[in-house]
Amino acid sequence: MTTFLQIDLPALLGALLAALVCALVGNLLVLTRRAMFSDALSHVMLPGVLVAFLLTGSTAAPAVLAGGVVAAFVAAVLVHVLVRYGRVDPSAALGIVFTTLFAAGIVLMEQSGAARTSFDVHHILFGNLETLVWAGASGPGSLVDPQALALLPASIGHMALSLAIVAVVLYVLRTQLAVVAFDPVFAAASGLRVRLLDLALLAATALATVAAFEAVGAILALAMIVCPAATARLLTRRLDAQVRWSLAIAATSVGVGYAVAVLGPPALGFPIALNAAGTIGAVSGVFFIAAAALQRRDGVAIAGRRA
Amino acid sequence: MTETGVSAALSLSRDRAPLAVEDLSVVYGGQTALDRVTWSSPASGLLAVVGPNGAGKSTLLKAILGLVPTSGGRVTVFGRPVDAARDKLAYVPQRAAVDWDFPATVLDVVLQGMVRKIGLLAGYGRDHRERAHACLAQVGMADLAGRQIGALSGGQQQRVFLARGLARDAAVLLLDEPLAGVDAVSESVILRVFDALKREGRLVVCVHHDLGTVADRFDDVLVLNRSVIAAGPVATAFVPEVLGRAYGVPLAVT
Repeated sequence: MTTFLQIDLPALLGALLAALVCALVGNLLVLTRRAMFSDALSHVMLPGVLVAFLLTGSTAAPAVLAGGVVAAFVAAVLVHVLVRYGRVDPSAALGIVFTTLFAAGIVLMEQSGAARTSFDVHHILFGNLETLVWAGASGPGSLVDPQALALLPASIGHMALSLAIVAVVLYVLRTQLAVVAFDPVFAAASGLRVRLLDLALLAATALATVAAFEAVGAILALAMIVCPAATARLLTRRLDAQVRWSLAIAATSVGVGYAVAVLGPPALGFPIALNAAGTIGAVSGVFFIAAAALQRRDGVAIAGRRA
Repeated sequence: MTETGVSAALSLSRDRAPLAVEDLSVVYGGQTALDRVTWSSPASGLLAVVGPNGAGKSTLLKAILGLVPTSGGRVTVFGRPVDAARDKLAYVPQRAAVDWDFPATVLDVVLQGMVRKIGLLAGYGRDHRERAHACLAQVGMADLAGRQIGALSGGQQQRVFLARGLARDAAVLLLDEPLAGVDAVSESVILRVFDALKREGRLVVCVHHDLGTVADRFDDVLVLNRSVIAAGPVATAFVPEVLGRAYGVPLAVT
């Protein structure tokens, strides 16, 4: 029990919070066909996070978060400039910007010596899920013990705060964001501040990605942005239901994926554990395939179709 | 620009016209889409914007609404800049402009017409829903409020867009090809709504491609080919000589 509280609980909690915040922003990105935008975002975070780390010498969340968000905005501006003045297709512009900035980040990481700290490629891709430990846990009583709870990994707190901020922003702007996602031209004609709303969604995505990046890495962040929302999109034809489904799918992916990572190999006789971020991402992909197969036979959604 | 004596006498002063554009130019990637367009609309009624393909008809609507960058000129709505008068305008885009697979019902889309009228946290309330249902009834789709938008026919999609425009309760409606490729039922419903809007004293501006039906359905016309060829009541502005100049070939108008 204590082992579970010390090792499995914080890892599960971290993965769950990261998955929920990513799934939340993923819904609108998937609907506006900008899913790969979040991939680009998670890559351009790298140089931003590194520069912030090199400038402040700290891996604390505020510095890292600010660096990542600034990098995301710089990248968004660069993409805009390329599309507008360079006459480049938006997806090509995205490709150019994020690979260039990611490459610059890798060079910077190797040259600055940051690679010898927690910033190595492995952690950037797969996160630090296994290093989230709750040293303060001594038994079930710790769950209600403020002193023990204070010893939970700091990144759990950061992710919870990010989730709260993203949830509030998206909830407050939900009606406007839905109009912009469906028909941006009508939205602009009606007087909605489309650029500002897009920026809010971009900022929420950046926040979600940086928060998730630290704990679960770029790959799982991307999987959690795209897979649950894309799966939910196949299951329902109402936006509010899609958001709820995506959160449920994200949470289930975390539970199942973590169980597979920890319990799978011993059950087969191997004394190891798999990379949980990887199995969680893979499970979310399996859910998507299952939903797609279901939909093909059905033609329409299985839930909420008679709304 | 040719403005006939009759329309000049009837036209409002530019500062009070529902729509007035002055010297409006739009350039798309080196191509001139609109070249110094100067025009002011009648006070109300049904107006068709006609002209050959690429004449800038849709661009004119978008430029009036501030949706495309202009390279010169001025737009006023009831004498005010468009950003100060957006609530007077309702835009009904071409239905091909959106993804109809979007997870929304017919009612959800009509409610979007009232997106500027909701509180920050509130979302749409009962009043908004009642109004949306009333707008749907106006376009003959009262019983389809809960229908998934992906399951609508083309004509029904167009009627949903019209209902969303009606929900804005605007003095001026700007519609981009609302009658293109719709079925006969939808067409008669849309024309009935137009007549109701006219009776209410509103101005309906339609990009229209079917020259054969202009005289039957519209009061006024704006003939466009990058610049204004003619504008005014159908009887005086929609004549073979004008159309010959707009389309570059002699055309007979029935």
